[in-house]
Amino acid sequence: MGNVSSGQFKTGMKVMIDGDPCNMVEVEFVKPGKGQAFTRVRLRNLMTGRIWERTFKSNESAETADVMDRDMEYLYSDGEMWHFMEPSTFEQYAADEKAVADCSQWLKEGDKVMITLFNDNPIAVTPPNFVELEVTETDPGLKGDTAQGGSKPATLSTGAVVRVPLFINQGEVLKIDTRTGEYVSRA
Amino acid sequence: MNRNHWQPSAEILTLRERAKMLADVRAFFADRGVMEVDTQCLSQAAVSDPFIDSIEVSFSNYPGDVEQRFYLQSSPEYAMKRLLAADAGPIYQLGKAFRNGEVGRLHNPEFTMLEWYRPRFSAEQLMNEVQDLVTAVLGPQHWERLSYRDLFMRFVGVDPHQATIEMLKALLEPHFECPFTDDRKDTWLELVMSHLIEPKLIEPVLVFDFPASQAALSEVVEDAQGVKVASRFELYAGGMELANGYQELRDPAEQAERLEADDRMREISGLPRRPLETRLVSALESGIPSCAGVALGFDRLLMIKVGVSSIQEVIPFGFERC
Repeated sequence: MGNVSSGQFKTGMKVMIDGDPCNMVEVEFVKPGKGQAFTRVRLRNLMTGRIWERTFKSNESAETADVMDRDMEYLYSDGEMWHFMEPSTFEQYAADEKAVADCSQWLKEGDKVMITLFNDNPIAVTPPNFVELEVTETDPGLKGDTAQGGSKPATLSTGAVVRVPLFINQGEVLKIDTRTGEYVSRA
Repeated sequence: MNRNHWQPSAEILTLRERAKMLADVRAFFADRGVMEVDTQCLSQAAVSDPFIDSIEVSFSNYPGDVEQRFYLQSSPEYAMKRLLAADAGPIYQLGKAFRNGEVGRLHNPEFTMLEWYRPRFSAEQLMNEVQDLVTAVLGPQHWERLSYRDLFMRFVGVDPHQATIEMLKALLEPHFECPFTDDRKDTWLELVMSHLIEPKLIEPVLVFDFPASQAALSEVVEDAQGVKVASRFELYAGGMELANGYQELRDPAEQAERLEADDRMREISGLPRRPLETRLVSALESGIPSCAGVALGFDRLLMIKVGVSSIQEVIPFGFERC
């Protein structure tokens, strides 16, 4: 991988900082009329999630990180690892618990997800913004209570627990926003 | 080049405001008997400042003939001072300036600068006029004037003239990681100013008495506490640096020395060395009146006026679309 000089930094660029791949969340060119140029970068460590700001001088550079996002299909979990497949090449990747993290509660076999690879190893799994999952357990639905007021917990097929309206019954398939973890509608 | 980028980066409504502001500024100076000049964008000499990189252009008598190097002016300062030495009297310029490599939210490599010179004005009188001009454009605001020292004392609690590099670095580290070394104290002062102070200066603040090491082309004097300071002031507003003014240096020998010092620093830093503006030294030798001068970023002033956060929103075609 090559080096990129601070003047060429762009939002979304992936670089190695202190041995970890990091995403440039925000890049700002700073230069007093009389004085040195700096590049102020808000970084996110892709391994730890830490977000912080770092300033580079104009003659500094950073090593680009071999990080890419790929669309894959979720196959199954063997309890220890989660397995994914690239649909075009049938190549399989196994992600550990650290990479899957909170995403595991939204993973349904056969669903498309985005895998972030660093040096060809999965380091993060991003679910689609919306998933459709079946309710496996919830209190019986209340007839007539359709739109307004009240909610109750429901356990979904993946084990996730979300707040749903009182009229939802076991066995129904729901649309969930994975970014907020909130119920959207019946699927 | 992106074919979908045919549209302007500024809204037409903003460009109407821009046209009005250009007219307002010209009316302001016409009222005060300041003459508009439009010196050349091309020059045989480049700016000496090691932190400003001139854009190079080539001239040839016919295509394929020997190319002669010219530089786009990074500010009209040198040319306007040559006019002052030729007895032009009070002058202003509202035109384009060019700086290589400067692209960002607040920077466009080609931008519009308003620069003016006032013979027999003190820096303080010129600060008054800057305030008048900005008020004419933006309307009444809450103004403040602070010395560079008092500004630092208020916002970061250290005296910039006494502070060590370690002290300045310690101010930055909790907010911004700066894992590099630099034994030039001004680098750290500039970092504290641009990272910690400037973003907080929303209402206009005129800052004066800069460290002598940041004098550029201003006179150096002693302040009340006997510290050598530059007779230089800056205007900050909207969280940005808006203008930079000087009690102008008139001593030709000192001017020649500063040009040489810049050139030496360029050599040490491995920066391109370019023809120095020795005609400025000649102009000072022939004599210019005691005067104060200031340069103001016209585009940034318009950003405040129309309330936008990036410079390309106030110019017809920002760098990506030019």
